[in-house]
Amino acid sequence: MDLLDKFDPLIAERDRMGYRDPDPLNIVMDEVLSATEAMINGRKIILAGTNNYMGMTFDPDAISAAKEALDKFGTGTTGSRILNGTYQGHKALERELEDFYGMDHAMVFSTGYQANLGMISTLAGRGDYVIIDADSHASIYDACAMGNADILRFRHNSVEDLEKRLKRLPENAAKLVVLEGVYSMLGDRAPLAELIAVSKAAGAQVLVDEAHSMGFCGETGRGVAQELGVEDQVDFIVGTFSKSVGTVGGFCLSNHPKFDVLRFACRPYMFTASLPPSVVASAISSIRSLKNAHNKRAHLWANVERLHSGLKDLGFKLGTKSVESPIVAVCFDSQEELFGMCQLLLAEGVYVNVARPPATPMGIYLLRCSLGAGHSVEQVDQILAAFKAAQEKFSASETLRDAAGDKNAADRQSPDAAVATG
Amino acid sequence: MSDMGLSKDVIYGRICQLIEPFNKKSVPLTPQTTFANDLDFDSLTVMDLVAAIEDEFDIVLPLNMLPDLETIQQVTDAVEKIIKG
Repeated sequence: MDLLDKFDPLIAERDRMGYRDPDPLNIVMDEVLSATEAMINGRKIILAGTNNYMGMTFDPDAISAAKEALDKFGTGTTGSRILNGTYQGHKALERELEDFYGMDHAMVFSTGYQANLGMISTLAGRGDYVIIDADSHASIYDACAMGNADILRFRHNSVEDLEKRLKRLPENAAKLVVLEGVYSMLGDRAPLAELIAVSKAAGAQVLVDEAHSMGFCGETGRGVAQELGVEDQVDFIVGTFSKSVGTVGGFCLSNHPKFDVLRFACRPYMFTASLPPSVVASAISSIRSLKNAHNKRAHLWANVERLHSGLKDLGFKLGTKSVESPIVAVCFDSQEELFGMCQLLLAEGVYVNVARPPATPMGIYLLRCSLGAGHSVEQVDQILAAFKAAQEKFSASETLRDAAGDKNAADRQSPDAAVATG
Repeated sequence: MSDMGLSKDVIYGRICQLIEPFNKKSVPLTPQTTFANDLDFDSLTVMDLVAAIEDEFDIVLPLNMLPDLETIQQVTDAVEKIIKG
């Protein structure tokens, strides 16, 4: 018995998808030209699926701050935050986050994934309860698998279902309800005010992940909780630097007076190297500029409205009826259609994400577009034109295949590789 | 608390009824039927089934118990234990 034999179904599925050039699951960017364009396979491609919401990856201030930190502090810290990996920049970044969110305590992690993994698995221990949304990000599911708490799951965005499940729990038990401002697959928002209200009524503490809402939701870009005016009800905010902030890293904020003790209890914080000084410096620079980026926010929302209504006009089935976030998810019924469309879009010069079960809810196959403030109106129109052309070419090829009597409906739910529950 | 007196057979029968809507391949159900291999359920389907079981019996069946619950019999025993407290 070989250890990797268990992955044979996954290998078989990859093989069955056939060789595609370029392979949607193996895209290599040879050169990145800007926040919205890269060279892929020798061609200039518009990036419409990189979650680069505020277009900060090539921000001149962020780049010069990073270069200066590189010269002054070197390429890396070679150590954990609790040993030799805390530089003045890491503390300055935490102060910057506290200022941005108007909260008392910030803790910076090396990735957003680790922020969720660490916070949830550490906050809730044996005998405590973690209650998560069914559509939660993998980092939340993995945090549940890592910790010792009892894990409950409520129907996606259902206030009633959450309330029902909370009511079954012992009154005195500690409870953590984990929510996301925007869910990354379909790009839909959580009814945070209602979900938080039933959580608080049940005596639960609340963690909100604003990974896909920081930068452009709320008056100063803090996320959906700010936009809905419920920030004072949120006990822990988790977020990432790898989307609107344009670099990499994760964070958690809280007003809890005992928050700082988590630095000595949270293993994904303690047992990994801290962020390199250049990353820290660009994060500080970008967070500072996001606060007042009102014009960028307005441009981003206008872009998304244009793409959403354009795709709807072309007859595509979208993840949300109206614009809820910069994520516009185009839904397909089969993997063949998904990969076919992704490949045709690349041929038309547009990159979008492919997402499939079990990462997606309800067995949906998604082409996930995400726009940024860096996209021009012309680029949005080019993305729409590419969708139109790809759609026409795909239906033409379908007609050909049907005519040839090819009933190769090679479409099955993927092997269960990605979702762990513990 | 009226469920306190449910017999194991009744619990087993109700769980089988809850499984049926997810049993797309109409696999015959026995106490030894496994969710992953026999029924070919992925983890999302299993979690949806857990929610249905929780609602049917008005209990809390935490997801972290799932790795130990491979067969219908094992789920039946776990539900009985939870009901009896």
